[in-house]
Amino acid sequence: MEVGQMQRRLVDYTKSLFMEGFLDSQFLQLQQLQDENNPDFVVEVVSLFFEDSEKLLNELTRALDQTNVEFKKVDAHVHQLKGSSSSIGAQRVKNACIAFRNFCEEQNTEACMRCLQQVKQEYYLVKNKLETMFRLEQQIVAAGGSIPIIEMSS
Amino acid sequence: MNPSNGKGSISMASPSASWRAGDGVPDQFPAGLRVLVVDDDPTCLVILEKMLRKCLYEVTKCDRAETALSLLRENKNGFDIVISDVHMPDMDGFKLLEHIGLEMDLPVIMMSADDGKDVVMKGVTHGACDYLIKPVRREALKNIWQHVVRKRRNEWRDFEQSGSLEEGDRQQKQSDEADYSSSANEGNWKNSKKRKDDEEEPEERDDTSTLKKPRVVWSVELHQQFVGAVNQLGIDKAVPKKILELMNVPGLTRENVASHLQKYRLYLRRLSGVSSHPNNLTGSFMNPQEATFGQLSSLNGLELQSLAATGPFTAHSLATLQAAGLGRSTAKSGIHMPLVDQRNLFSFENPKLRLGEGQQQLMPSNKQIGLLHGIPTNMEPKQLANLHHTAQSIGNMNMQVNSQGGQNSQNNSLLMQMAQSQSRGQIPNEMTGGHVPRLPSTIGQPILTTGIGANVSPRNGIPENIRSAGYNPVSQTSSMLNFPMNNASELPVNGFPLGSTSGVSSLPSKGSFQPDVNSDIKGSVGFIPSFDIFNDLQQHKSQHWELDNVGITFDASRHSNSAQGSLDLAQSVLAHQGFPSGQMTGQNRNTATIGNTMFSSNNGTENGNAQNVSPHLNALLFDNPIRVKTETFHDSNPAIIFPEPFGQEDLMSALLKQQEGMPPAEHEFDIDGYSMDDISV
Repeated sequence: MEVGQMQRRLVDYTKSLFMEGFLDSQFLQLQQLQDENNPDFVVEVVSLFFEDSEKLLNELTRALDQTNVEFKKVDAHVHQLKGSSSSIGAQRVKNACIAFRNFCEEQNTEACMRCLQQVKQEYYLVKNKLETMFRLEQQIVAAGGSIPIIEMSS
Repeated sequence: MNPSNGKGSISMASPSASWRAGDGVPDQFPAGLRVLVVDDDPTCLVILEKMLRKCLYEVTKCDRAETALSLLRENKNGFDIVISDVHMPDMDGFKLLEHIGLEMDLPVIMMSADDGKDVVMKGVTHGACDYLIKPVRREALKNIWQHVVRKRRNEWRDFEQSGSLEEGDRQQKQSDEADYSSSANEGNWKNSKKRKDDEEEPEERDDTSTLKKPRVVWSVELHQQFVGAVNQLGIDKAVPKKILELMNVPGLTRENVASHLQKYRLYLRRLSGVSSHPNNLTGSFMNPQEATFGQLSSLNGLELQSLAATGPFTAHSLATLQAAGLGRSTAKSGIHMPLVDQRNLFSFENPKLRLGEGQQQLMPSNKQIGLLHGIPTNMEPKQLANLHHTAQSIGNMNMQVNSQGGQNSQNNSLLMQMAQSQSRGQIPNEMTGGHVPRLPSTIGQPILTTGIGANVSPRNGIPENIRSAGYNPVSQTSSMLNFPMNNASELPVNGFPLGSTSGVSSLPSKGSFQPDVNSDIKGSVGFIPSFDIFNDLQQHKSQHWELDNVGITFDASRHSNSAQGSLDLAQSVLAHQGFPSGQMTGQNRNTATIGNTMFSSNNGTENGNAQNVSPHLNALLFDNPIRVKTETFHDSNPAIIFPEPFGQEDLMSALLKQQEGMPPAEHEFDIDGYSMDDISV
């Protein structure tokens, strides 16, 4: 596939992510922070996010598995996840976290476990999407092209 | 939708103000603003760092609150603003916020993904200057510099006590587009900055460019000029404008003069009526920045207060002074101890007590004292000199005088005289210029031994030292304590030799402060240390004359060991108090060098100072019967000179109490002219 084509594919793909709510404008901010000095900034940050989130998700799973669930702790973790996902623009993950926190307040273990599932799902989804996007980018760069800037003017 | 320029668009590029945000980036504010970011979330941290870098700020990131605090502590002036997350595992963000506010007084922005009203409210109540909701956008970060500017302006304004400074120039800053900043307040930093620069006192300009509050330092000479002008015009007719004209000091603004005048008036009022006026105290104390010269105000702590208000008197110094009660707070430059407490300090009923107490209190908690505002005078060496200014020393003088034991009346008169003389310019020497003398412990134990109570024969000469009014009562106390003790011979500290370098004379009584005097200086040698300590403290704390010093020094005397620390405080306090602490260090000019020594020693080691102070104190004591009511520290127990080891807190509280209601009885600011200046800090 030639570069132009790849680029177009990337643009379309990225746009769809926005359309579907996987990503929001915060992600664009991240992209804008990327520059020659930091050409891999977005990838780096997103990778950090992945690492961190997985840790959090594990913690959450463990916490909810306890006989006596410490909701405060659970809430703290969710809050953190909410913060980081919102910082990179992973909108759906963030929304799932918000719902999760509400149930934490109610101390509803069942509902919390369901929420956790939801969050995990969203997380893996967005992870997948982003990884695909990065792959596309890499291909373009490898083929000598440059990454197109997405203008989400809509 | 993003900020137009992808790059850190600091559109503010207004090079006009030479606002040096951080080193090396002059005229490019807000570029170079030094930001510390604290967040346990690595993702956010990295993103924030990048965003801030894009705004051309200098960023340091940190993922733990403890690390952040130690970074800030090690590098007191290394940062301009802090951004912190609310939820952190090792320390609550609000706690960190409090710490920073107390210790470093930097603007702090809180941030969180949590946007609940109560959390935001918590931010407000804990003193955060802003609250950002995550995800943070770059636009929001772009304008955080406004908080730095605002804070400076406010501080400066408070300092000046004349809100008119910036009002006029509020122009919209030519901000770059966004008004995204979460705060809507965008002062015209440029203007204010400019203004600040202009109004910066010639003596002290260093601050302006470093985003620090510009301080008009009311040096001894300047103060004398001021007083001269006021006297020439007549106190009733003295209006800032005319005073300004008469003084003819370039760079001095009407506002500077106005606020200084206000303080001076308070001081005079106090002098005449030793009416503890808590408000005044606070007021003057509020301007820590202002070197409240102990303006001729009566040495009573009261005066000090007012004095403290004047000039770049750091609250600390005042506090210290007050704490020191010993009046001789070595005018540790910068340690402006709020005179407020000084009052008490001065009432040196128990010379010992005072000293001790003062000492205790003085123990630097730099922050604490702030009470001593009376002891204005920049604690800087210059300050010390100023302190010596009779005006300043007043606070000290009082202290000293008191210690003298009852010579109070004398002291007071002395102080008054001193104050007057100061205006005449006599005192100037006392502090031999910034002699922030830590009253070297040379003061000697002798003073202490005699139990300061001993005649603190008012050194009439001392009054000079006492720097008229300005004596930080604090120092006085210390001195007083010592001196009377040692000098049983008349240390009428009253006279704290004005001439004596800095109020140290007042310390004479202190002489006994031996910082090292572990045993309580109470009256006996122990006192001296207090002084020294104070001095030391003062000196050390030159900028800070925290009351701690003042009070503590006094206490220090008492506790000897603690005294040391306190002495410093006291010393510093004393020194600050307007006594040119320099005096203390040996400046003891006329008065009991003893006292001075004590104070002068402040600078140095407390211990050493204490020693110095002692002798000085003695001298002071003798000269001025300034009663340094050190007790102010105590809860106004003049008699308790040493009784208990006052911790700083005690001192502070005592001082505060004093402020509140200065137990009139307590203060006996006999030290008229007790220029506590000697309290070399």
